[in-house]
Amino acid sequence: MNDLTPSREERIANLKGLGSSRKRVEDVRFTQGKGNYVDDIKMAGMLFGDFVRSPYAHARVVSINADAARALPGVVAVLTAADLAPLNLHWMPTLAGDKQMVLADGKVLFQGQEVAFVVATDRYIAADAIELVEVEYEELPVVVDPFAALAPDAPVLREDLNGILSGAHGPRRHHNHIFLWETGDKAATEEALGAAEVVAEEVVYYHRTHPCPLETCGCVASMDKVNGKLTVWGTFQAPHVVRTVASLLSGIEEHNIRVVSPDIGGGFGNKVGVYPGYVCAIVASIVTGKPVKWVEDRMDNLMATAFARDYWMKGRISATKEGRITALHCHVTADHGAFDACADPTKFPAGFFHICTGSYDIPVAYVGVDGVYTNKAPGGVAYRCSFRVTEAAYFIERMIEVLAIELGMDAAELRRINFIRKDQFPYQSALGWEYDSGDYHTAWDKALAAVDYKGLRAEQAQRLAEFRAGRTRKLLGIGLTHFTEIVGAGPVKNCDILGMGMFDSCEIRIHPTGSAIARLGTISQGQGHATTFAQIIASEIGLSADSITVEEGDTDTAPYGLGTYGSRSTPVAGAATALCGRKIRAKAQMIAAWLLEVHEGDLEWDVDRFQVKGAPERFKTMKDIAYAAYNQAIPGIEPGLEAVSYYDPPNMTYPFGAYIAVMEIDVDTGEHAVRQFYALDDCGTRINPMVIEGQVHGGATEGYAIAMGQEIAYDEIGNVKTGTLMDFFLPTAWETPHYTTDHTETPSPHHPIGAKGVGESPNVGSVPAFSNAVHDAFRPFGLRQSHMPHDHWRIWKIARDLGLHG
Amino acid sequence: MGKKMQISLTVNGEVHYILAEPRELLIHTLRERLGLTGPHIGCETSHCGACTVDMNGRSVKACTVFVAQADGAEITTIEGLGSPDGLHVLQRTFREHHGLQCGYCTPGMITRAHRLLIENPNPTEEEVRFGMAGNLCRCTGYQNIVKAILAAASEMNAKEAAE
Amino acid sequence: MIPSAFEYHRPGDLASALGILSAYGDEARVIAGGHSLIPMMKLRMASVGHLVDLQSVAELRGITVAEREVTIGAMVTQAELISHDGLAKAVPILREAALQIADPQVRYVGTVGGNVANGDPGNDMPGLMQCLDARFTLVGPGGPREVPARAFYHGLYATERAEDEILTRIAIPVHAGGHAYEKQKRKIGDYATAAAAVLLTKSGGKVASASVAMTNLSDVPVWSEAAAAALVGRDCGAEAVADAVAAMLADIDPQADNRGPIAFKKHVAGVILGRAIARAWSRA
Repeated sequence: MNDLTPSREERIANLKGLGSSRKRVEDVRFTQGKGNYVDDIKMAGMLFGDFVRSPYAHARVVSINADAARALPGVVAVLTAADLAPLNLHWMPTLAGDKQMVLADGKVLFQGQEVAFVVATDRYIAADAIELVEVEYEELPVVVDPFAALAPDAPVLREDLNGILSGAHGPRRHHNHIFLWETGDKAATEEALGAAEVVAEEVVYYHRTHPCPLETCGCVASMDKVNGKLTVWGTFQAPHVVRTVASLLSGIEEHNIRVVSPDIGGGFGNKVGVYPGYVCAIVASIVTGKPVKWVEDRMDNLMATAFARDYWMKGRISATKEGRITALHCHVTADHGAFDACADPTKFPAGFFHICTGSYDIPVAYVGVDGVYTNKAPGGVAYRCSFRVTEAAYFIERMIEVLAIELGMDAAELRRINFIRKDQFPYQSALGWEYDSGDYHTAWDKALAAVDYKGLRAEQAQRLAEFRAGRTRKLLGIGLTHFTEIVGAGPVKNCDILGMGMFDSCEIRIHPTGSAIARLGTISQGQGHATTFAQIIASEIGLSADSITVEEGDTDTAPYGLGTYGSRSTPVAGAATALCGRKIRAKAQMIAAWLLEVHEGDLEWDVDRFQVKGAPERFKTMKDIAYAAYNQAIPGIEPGLEAVSYYDPPNMTYPFGAYIAVMEIDVDTGEHAVRQFYALDDCGTRINPMVIEGQVHGGATEGYAIAMGQEIAYDEIGNVKTGTLMDFFLPTAWETPHYTTDHTETPSPHHPIGAKGVGESPNVGSVPAFSNAVHDAFRPFGLRQSHMPHDHWRIWKIARDLGLHG
Repeated sequence: MGKKMQISLTVNGEVHYILAEPRELLIHTLRERLGLTGPHIGCETSHCGACTVDMNGRSVKACTVFVAQADGAEITTIEGLGSPDGLHVLQRTFREHHGLQCGYCTPGMITRAHRLLIENPNPTEEEVRFGMAGNLCRCTGYQNIVKAILAAASEMNAKEAAE
Repeated sequence: MIPSAFEYHRPGDLASALGILSAYGDEARVIAGGHSLIPMMKLRMASVGHLVDLQSVAELRGITVAEREVTIGAMVTQAELISHDGLAKAVPILREAALQIADPQVRYVGTVGGNVANGDPGNDMPGLMQCLDARFTLVGPGGPREVPARAFYHGLYATERAEDEILTRIAIPVHAGGHAYEKQKRKIGDYATAAAAVLLTKSGGKVASASVAMTNLSDVPVWSEAAAAALVGRDCGAEAVADAVAAMLADIDPQADNRGPIAFKKHVAGVILGRAIARAWSRA
């Protein structure tokens, strides 16, 4: 040992492994404008495809005349449903067991629906040609309200399903009904509600919104007729599944299809589904033999691809006089739009909505969800959410507030007395989940102390007195939330997408000189996988994260995985990564034993090396071992050093958090100012604190937008009123609040490194925090429930309805 | 298709002569003709700023400029701000302070911040937020972007003071 | 979003610009910063055969500040307007309002002339110019004429400007007293839910003169003589403000949109005007 020998602490720091706020490797190219997004792809002879879209929400397509468009120089093809029908590609299966028109087949069911696909030599000619396609429509009555859709005399939307009384998720009781999905003990819940001392009842609406990543959806399909190989680059959050679906639909063998997700400019759930644009681009490439690009514009994106939420949640919650919750009942009317294209695991048509008992020990509960067709865009994707967890968290966190009003209790205290206690984990919820770990009381107390909750309440009371005395027109609202998420689908026995089990994967290959490449079945859309997964590997195998390349998204090279959404990358692929690292280490131990001429059992792992127990000066680093794996003939051991792991999680993980928003509200203009936002997250083991903090800032900003103004709104005849970023609210740096982040750390007991996933927590938790702040401000005047978004006029309306405008 | 016209542009110090329809949007000219795919297309209605470039000393949204209007203009894109061997201060501080995630808004964001700091070398946080309000980010919540820009400003000021 | 094809013209002086307009009639449109027109063209809600770009017309540039009047060339951008210190001293409400228009990138290219001439009720400058009693110079084949801002707006996108005329300059009397431009909007980049421009002078503790104009509360900007009259000669207290608000409400005609229903807009218009009056009075 001399001064040049790094200390153990230095060796740990050099790894940049778990817990390191390592700077992101992705940023080097992104900050120089050298990302490679789908619209950056340019190929010789590439054509551009674009859609003729329906201006009507419900109409019969009487005729389509594309002669003038076809005659325009530069137009290569105009595809309609009639052209796709012989290939049986005019309809496609959805992720939810329904089917969706690729191009209008006889009628259109929502504004912006794809009617014809124009293929031209460039996007300018395609745009001109779209104007030349003459479509004759015969307007039909429009239904935008899911309750009206279930009226006996409501127009039949899905004529293709007329008379079919059973769908993918059981019986349909009406021509516009999709399914009724139920869980829990209905009778026992009713009984508990009937016997309860206090019952609070409320309808909570989580409005329709949209993930709206800054990059829209798109793809480039290239059929190489010489080699029979189809390559599709696209904005895919699940590239491997896209390959399988493409193979099943096209009949091209899966090995002849290569799907690549290049850099993705944000996904947030928007890029999970399969859209008509992908199908049409592939067909057009097969037909023309040329690469075909399709990239939607922002209006297309907001009108046609993947809305989120739109849940009408009718709740009843009961408690003792002291505030101990005794039962929860929830019925949801779920507006799925024209086709059921929800992105949920197959067996869960309402996703994981039944996490709606939240952070509370509720002895008995029931949930029923009715899915309904309307003349609105299809979707129902998880917008930075693990399959309807956002809706569930919003529902329970609103119901808690309403119950607090009913009981005349402080909402923070009501939460505290009902939290699942630390010693109850693993906890079986009344709706069938097994919560893995949690320490809610500790998190809650830390959060309340951090914001000086008592002081805030005193200030609020003072403000109220001043308001009543006419000295101010601004109220103070304190929005509380304690959310529990459920993320990381699998397990495979419960969760699949189109039959593909929801496992994930990692493959690690160590190079002779001690660097490595890892490939995963997931795909980053900004989460920083190339940075953080290298950190997991670094801690497992003792090579610096800086020496590890992480690749994702190319189905020709990466192991099969189900992709990135629902906060599943860290819980599932992260576990596969850790276990794959352990396989490498196991082989490395054998090599080290041979090199050190000791028995394997005489070795112990220490940071970046195997050392002889009791003689730490005798060691071989992973770098030494890697070299040996390639340059020495070791008896009984194959050359090389690589491994692959497929991980089927035994359970999901349950991240949680305590969020508090403090908001000033102007009762006259309906304007608000977020004075403080505190976010405590517990995502188990923290891989990269810097990245976690970034995720929280971003997710909370999405939540702020959703709660305070963002919506996909329709008028009564199905016109989208929020089709551009003038009207679809994305806050700028000016409106966005400042965030304070904090954490506790309760590892998942079943995850190899104890990590739980954090990407979606801030969206899940911040929406109720902001919304509860608005409600809380008006609680003294009798407000129980007012639906989001809380934009200026809706807040103004609350004040007016409560008589606060004099 | 409309009549094409001869247009000259100076982009990142290099003069280009092109024949294009006047309706061609500057963002398409940069991305598709000149291969400068740093500036991106986000909203197409001049709200998001992903397409921001510097034109004649002003930050502009290249999705809302016809190439004909840009005839004779001097344009700088993210590709012209720094090089792999000599990153612009902002390119470093954005990474240092985690001012980006998916990277899609980043070129426009940095290009805009570059002009902001030229005009106001010592901005307050409020001035940064106001001056960056023409650029939307869906990932970061802006907090670290603001931090990165303030850090770049103080670094640039310190360097200037030292010189 | 791709516009239809057009022919492009970039005249070097006003005479050539007018010549092109005469030659092509209603097929021609002038373009300044283009941030109103280009999105409309991209959405194919506006179709233009001949686009006449005014960027090289030197006559349309420049700001002059004289003792009693300032003049602003139509092609002066919002950013130039904001950064002009002499202008900010002479007519401070201009900078206050311009900073509330759109976002930095749009203000670099968006022009004062485009903002006033477009006839879009969402634009801020028309109401402001009415409040300031500005005069617009229109030049057509028959020569120049001057039109008061208060007589310029006829309806949605319908103004006094004939198709073959170009709005070249804006003359604004230097105002004394207090000013305020108050605007409520949903976010940066949005048009006003309601905006109010107020000028007041004070004499002996009473309002000596007043001018009030409202934005985006009708299909034209609303210069409310009645609201101003309700203030003059009074102490600008709650009662006077209430009367001014009531008078203003009788003059506006807001429509429901994504920003809210009519009742909300009227209420906010009243609140915003009250605030603008209070602020202007505090500066008078």
